[in-house]
Amino acid sequence: MSERESVSKSKSRVEQDEVVIAPVVQTNTQDVTDLLDEIDIVLEQNAEEFVKSFVQKGGE
Amino acid sequence: MTVHRIMGIETEYGISAPSDPHANPVLLSSQVVNAYGVTVMPHRPRRMRWDYDVETPLRDARGFDMTRADADPSQLTDDDYGLANVVLFNGARFYVDHAHPEYSSPEVTNPMDAALWDAAGDRIMEESARLASKLTGQLLTAYKNNSDGKGVSYGTHENYQVDRATPFPQLVRYLTPFFVTRCVYSGAGRVGIGQESRFPGFQISQRADFFEAEVGLETTLRRPIINTRDEPHADPESFRRLHVIVGDANMSQRATYLKMGTTSLVLSMIEDGFLDFDLQLFDPVQAMHQVSHDIDFTTVLGLRNGKTIKALEIQRMYLDAAHRYVESQGIDDAMTLDVVAQWQRILGSLESDKMSLVNEVDWITKYSIINGYRQRDNAQWNDARLAAVDIQYADLRSDKGLARVLQAKGRIASLFTEEEIHQAVQMPPADTRAYFRGMCMRHFTNEVAAASWDSVIFDLGPDTALKRVQTIDARGGTESLTSQLFGQNLGVADFVARIESSQV
Repeated sequence: MSERESVSKSKSRVEQDEVVIAPVVQTNTQDVTDLLDEIDIVLEQNAEEFVKSFVQKGGE
Repeated sequence: MTVHRIMGIETEYGISAPSDPHANPVLLSSQVVNAYGVTVMPHRPRRMRWDYDVETPLRDARGFDMTRADADPSQLTDDDYGLANVVLFNGARFYVDHAHPEYSSPEVTNPMDAALWDAAGDRIMEESARLASKLTGQLLTAYKNNSDGKGVSYGTHENYQVDRATPFPQLVRYLTPFFVTRCVYSGAGRVGIGQESRFPGFQISQRADFFEAEVGLETTLRRPIINTRDEPHADPESFRRLHVIVGDANMSQRATYLKMGTTSLVLSMIEDGFLDFDLQLFDPVQAMHQVSHDIDFTTVLGLRNGKTIKALEIQRMYLDAAHRYVESQGIDDAMTLDVVAQWQRILGSLESDKMSLVNEVDWITKYSIINGYRQRDNAQWNDARLAAVDIQYADLRSDKGLARVLQAKGRIASLFTEEEIHQAVQMPPADTRAYFRGMCMRHFTNEVAAASWDSVIFDLGPDTALKRVQTIDARGGTESLTSQLFGQNLGVADFVARIESSQV
């Protein structure tokens, strides 16, 4: 069974408490490398701290 | 009927003080709104009122002059700091709503202008956070998104003026399937499935999980796909203001344009009774979640009539109807034809090669970055960098926000130059009552006591009653109708007297 086949068979709805798998999409490698290089420079250095501290109050 | 109609966007922004995660968000929101207000209108008496109450003694509000150099951090808030409110030169409203700074765009007549004055709001929000950071000595950051990924959501609401004669059940019937599936091009993406992001993965829409009802009045809990709020801010016999709360905030200007344009066109078709297909979903709320959770669009949705259909097929039916509508009505309006053409192109790409939309569909841009980290670094779904990408995508700062940086590098397509957006920060649209409101703020900055969508209230001095000018017609108060009056450079009393006598 190919990886794609096994992934599409195991993808299922969250409502049934099964794990949702989004398979990695194979894309143009050089373009993605360039993109990530640009993001690497800008992305918050301490990602864990940044994400933890981003807390909002409910709105409309 | 075309994509042209009175419309606008209200955006609640996320607000953060990174060095103080427990800071009061109402206080932060107030600081940023007031920082902007005191900077652009330094000589105004302290607080601009929005809701005018004849019983409230506006006249005894303490007034004092404040210049940028004098502003002290403590003066950015007052006892009722949750009521910070500014009516801007471009006719927009910038204020504190539910612990968020909110920008309510001026009324516009078309989706391109909607996207432009929405972008203007982002620059205003960015500048406000920068000013407040300087004035308070504490970094404040703002985000154009709809969830903190921890169970909380806040909205980006669209408003469309709709013909009152259109029966509301028709709106519910034909808007619901459209809204359930619109996220395929208007979604902004979110890491995590479920309101608290408890399940790993990536979904198309920031907001979808927070919808729990089909139709209703609420906006902060049990959010409905179709909101029944009925405050037309116009002649209630002729018009309804459809208040749409399902959308995500879009960083991509093209996505905003398409979102507003397609919705306006669908509304036209509904107003004209042109739609007759039966796409009523068996469970619209569940379908909304399912569509968002499925980035491959393979989920089969059940209809009430027993048939099944997929998300892209639903959008295809609306697009096909739009083609027939445009042809049968002989519509040759350029923007309408463009919206249909873009809708067709994007739907085609979603069907065959969705990653090619990386430069205009926000969720796809966001996903390409996240997918890239998973590919290159074998990052797992619980890797904090993925959640960081999700949040920082919407950071409004031109040098830190991921979408802003990608846009500057041309990786996200722009509809407007920064110069055009800057103009929209300063100037109102020419073709709605926002023109009158914005120009009153510019010409009579210190004499407008209060304003709302359908009124401007002038303070003519201590011995005179406040004067209210009604602006009930959203298409009134335009540049062509009022520029000559403003050009006469009258004092406020003469200006108001001129309006009273001639009923401009």
